[in-house]
Amino acid sequence: MAGAPSYLFLAVLAAVATVFCVTPLVLARLWARWFAPPKPGPEKNAPYECGLPSPGETGVRFHSGYYLYALAFLIFDVEMLFLLPFAVAYAGLPAGAVLAMLGFVLLLVEGLVWAWRKGVLEWQ
Amino acid sequence: MDEGLRSELSKQGVFTTTLQDLYNWSRRNSMWPLNFGLACCAIEMIAASMARFDIARFGAEVFRPSPRQADLMIVAGTVTKKMAPLVVRLYNQMPEPKYVIAMGACAISGGPFKQGYNVLKGIDRYLPVDIHIPGCPPKPEALLHGLIQLQQKVAAQSLTGEDRPRSLREDAPAEFPVPTYGPYDLQPPHNPEVWRPPVVVRDAAG
Repeated sequence: MAGAPSYLFLAVLAAVATVFCVTPLVLARLWARWFAPPKPGPEKNAPYECGLPSPGETGVRFHSGYYLYALAFLIFDVEMLFLLPFAVAYAGLPAGAVLAMLGFVLLLVEGLVWAWRKGVLEWQ
Repeated sequence: MDEGLRSELSKQGVFTTTLQDLYNWSRRNSMWPLNFGLACCAIEMIAASMARFDIARFGAEVFRPSPRQADLMIVAGTVTKKMAPLVVRLYNQMPEPKYVIAMGACAISGGPFKQGYNVLKGIDRYLPVDIHIPGCPPKPEALLHGLIQLQQKVAAQSLTGEDRPRSLREDAPAEFPVPTYGPYDLQPPHNPEVWRPPVVVRDAAG
């Protein structure tokens, strides 16, 4: 058991670290119990803190069409990111790259046609 | 602790203190104001927090945008009747112990707008004001002076006994009633538990 003493100091260190962390928390807790009586109230516990009472319901419901619209927008927004460098480098591209890009655009167009037929683009 | 013994010990290089003094020393030197300006006095308050006047020298530079983290409410400016319920509500949301500085003539009494229909004639109608700073607006030095006065007041507060501050009393109210908008004035027009103006007694001969 030659290695045993070297593990003992780890245990001591862990204990000291725990006491070091917990002691201020316990002291603060004790101080709060004696010298900081809690005084909750409806105003104090209100979640909104700009001075005005919060009007209406906080759980606002979004129209589900919004998410479909946002998703379709996001896809074509990202597509623009690819299309711009493609357009800039168009003259120097080999045929394979153009075909690959065509496939990419056609895939997205297919998605757009599908979404269109599903009625996503019409706000209900 | 006996003062003579304390000075005798300090001559020998022994520093003595009490828990109460330590507590008051630390909290009076880290008085965090609410980041809350109402009118032109707020400009002077901002100037006091900038490099030239530097309120950080007195430990009060940490302006908190949330009332939950603030110790001190500097009512800096004209309190309109529209704004008064908001001020009281913000004060209610501050944790104890909390202090109020009424900065400028408007916050003290309504100031030049006292005769107006829409201005509250002093925030002390609803809140317990600790320090009044006169001026229109007060200079940043005046705000610093008010802060130092408040620090001296905090330093003199005791944690126990009959004269302990309001925040340490369990029976003291947690919240002050927030006024509501009435047809002509705020309802109620003042909080009778807070606002006790001195009654001037004049004898008939005078």
